[in-house]
Amino acid sequence: MTASALTFDEVRQARVALVGPPNSGKTTLFNTLTGGRQKTANYPGVTVERKSGRLRTPVGRSIELLDLPGSYSLRARSPDEAITRDVVLGRQEWEALPDAMVCVTDATNLGQHLRLFLELRQLGRPLILVLNMMDLAQKRGYQISIEALSRSLGIPVVTTVAMHKNGVQDLLDQIDTLLNQASVTGDGTVTTDAWVEPTPEAIRGYHQEAERLLREAVIEEGVPEQLTRKLDQVLLHPVAGPLILLGILFLMFQAVFSWAEAPMDWIDGGIASLQQWLAAHMQDGLLKSLLVDGIIAGVGGVVIFLPQILILFLFILLLEDFGYMARAAFLMDRLMSAVGLNGRAFIPLLSSFACAIPGIMAARTIAHPLDRLVTILIAPLMTCSARLPVYVLLISAFIPATTVWGGIGLQGLVMFGLYATGIIGALVVAGVLRLTVLRGGRQPLLMELPSYKWPNPANVLLGLLERARIFMRRIGTVILSVLVILWFLSTFPAPPQGATEPDIYYSFAGMIGRGLEPLLAPVGFNWQIAIALVPGLAAREVAVAALGTVYSLSGSEDAVTESLAATLAHDWTLATALALLAWYVFAPQCLATLAAVRRETNSWRWPAFMFIYLMILAYIAAFITYRVALALGGG
Amino acid sequence: MNANAEREVRATGLGHHASRTSSTQPLGLMRCGDVGRVLAVNGGVDDSDLERNLLEMGFVEGARIEVLHRGFLGGDPLAVRINRRMTIALRRCEANAVLIGPLHDSVVNTHPSMSLEYASS
Repeated sequence: MTASALTFDEVRQARVALVGPPNSGKTTLFNTLTGGRQKTANYPGVTVERKSGRLRTPVGRSIELLDLPGSYSLRARSPDEAITRDVVLGRQEWEALPDAMVCVTDATNLGQHLRLFLELRQLGRPLILVLNMMDLAQKRGYQISIEALSRSLGIPVVTTVAMHKNGVQDLLDQIDTLLNQASVTGDGTVTTDAWVEPTPEAIRGYHQEAERLLREAVIEEGVPEQLTRKLDQVLLHPVAGPLILLGILFLMFQAVFSWAEAPMDWIDGGIASLQQWLAAHMQDGLLKSLLVDGIIAGVGGVVIFLPQILILFLFILLLEDFGYMARAAFLMDRLMSAVGLNGRAFIPLLSSFACAIPGIMAARTIAHPLDRLVTILIAPLMTCSARLPVYVLLISAFIPATTVWGGIGLQGLVMFGLYATGIIGALVVAGVLRLTVLRGGRQPLLMELPSYKWPNPANVLLGLLERARIFMRRIGTVILSVLVILWFLSTFPAPPQGATEPDIYYSFAGMIGRGLEPLLAPVGFNWQIAIALVPGLAAREVAVAALGTVYSLSGSEDAVTESLAATLAHDWTLATALALLAWYVFAPQCLATLAAVRRETNSWRWPAFMFIYLMILAYIAAFITYRVALALGGG
Repeated sequence: MNANAEREVRATGLGHHASRTSSTQPLGLMRCGDVGRVLAVNGGVDDSDLERNLLEMGFVEGARIEVLHRGFLGGDPLAVRINRRMTIALRRCEANAVLIGPLHDSVVNTHPSMSLEYASS
């Protein structure tokens, strides 16, 4: 058939859904099929990502390919899996029933993966079975009769090698054939309405059916993979395993801080020269102030964390693709179950060290709603990179750069202490929540430990681009609009004639700050800090710029930080500085995080709860720190 | 269930098997390196979800089971190889819902209630 022979109906874009269990290589297949032509959106109401891509079949048909979240069965256990079920059954709002489904399975784990396929087959929709990773299966000596399998199933079976472009040609041809048949026979019978959750007996039935199919189709069972076993003997070793995990985490954080330095300097330099150029070429006035002081300074202060976030996610994506993340969850499970969490919460919490928002989104993979909620609520206690400028400023101003215990820098030690306080705080909060507000049955840990494999560069690269896009979009929307509002609040009204204090003192932000001062005096904060905390609500790092404004400093961020440190060291007591550090470990100083929690939990209740509990914790921590420091002579 | 008592029952009943493989016991009691076959999966009367979750992850009657790893503290969680094909991590508490018998029992009873009766007798 040539393209010109296609009728109007066939030219209409067909929608094909990719379904498969986790670790079946589905995402790699999706990436190979669609290349860079992907887009990610959110399903309304829930924030499960809707990943789709475009591709053109050999006959020129345009197809929208949907990559549905990996799922072991249609009996959904997590919000992710619920999307897969609802789309496949045509119950998802804004998403019509797909024209055809492609069920992706791992050829070396067919016995297990065929079960999901059998569930799908029951729906009576156009369906193709894909035996993926066929190269690996052959290397291990598997011999599977595709004809026999296809004959007994009565549907097309295709083998693919998802890593290679030419390993998917058969699949494209089959999709074409299937869609042609579907339009000819007018298969519109939706038996999906009748679907009910399978009983335990039905699941046993699927297993038996899968084993029977395998006995007919598998000519030669391959040799089980040995490398994973050998690696696991070390990586899951009761003593060596946790030590290796610690080592990997240490390396990761080293990389986040040392590798990111150079690109962060470039971004900083770029922003500074843009500001200078605008300052030199624009007329003085409100627009210049808004652009230079409000938008560029604020956006620059956030964009600068992009390198750190990307490096952290590079590690996370590599480890995930390699298959190590499930092992990390295995090793951490005992510790985390002690405070009522699930080992799977480890990955979202790890992401939260870059930024709480991707961490909160990653909590979607946690099946149980209570476990997921606890993980979301403690994610902001992981020290995100936006706290760093504040930490760096205060530590360099107040903590002497001496060494203790032979070679350990005191400044670094304080930094480590702040991270540790956050982690311990998170574990305690999780334990308390599980015993009070979020009491409920322990959720089982049932997690596949996939075979190790070399990370696929394309998967990692696409994942990184996705992270960068999400981060930049957040800057372009939430942060930008808040920055404009804050600029307005701290610019108007203008100071009166003969003003003695800095301009911001007389502005709305100044009024709010001065209003808050009596509340914050018991923890040692002066009105300058109170004013800086107001814009700091938008994003923590903005507080540094705000302090610079309050103390009437100007220049590039580095210059501000340097001279600000000297000013603060002179103006504040050590007790105040330590109290502010303690405050920053806990305080909910980020509107974007609260917005993300609102989206993920679909109610204002939990972000409100989070805001209040973090605020109370921050106040108590700052109060105790201030009083203890005063008593010890830090006044 | 008392595993030692179970071991004795099996030892007296099938003396020639006792030295080769462990007796009937819950998965949670198995040690690293132990191999067996699933006799029954039962989440208890009030937990058909657990039963279905276990079944879906491959813990189905007749499956070959090998305990690969156990955690550092209290041997929790376990990493279990199923049918030499996939490895699943689970906690001891849930693992105890899976009853394991000797690997070389050729007769695999696929009726869960019957094997449970046998196990607890």
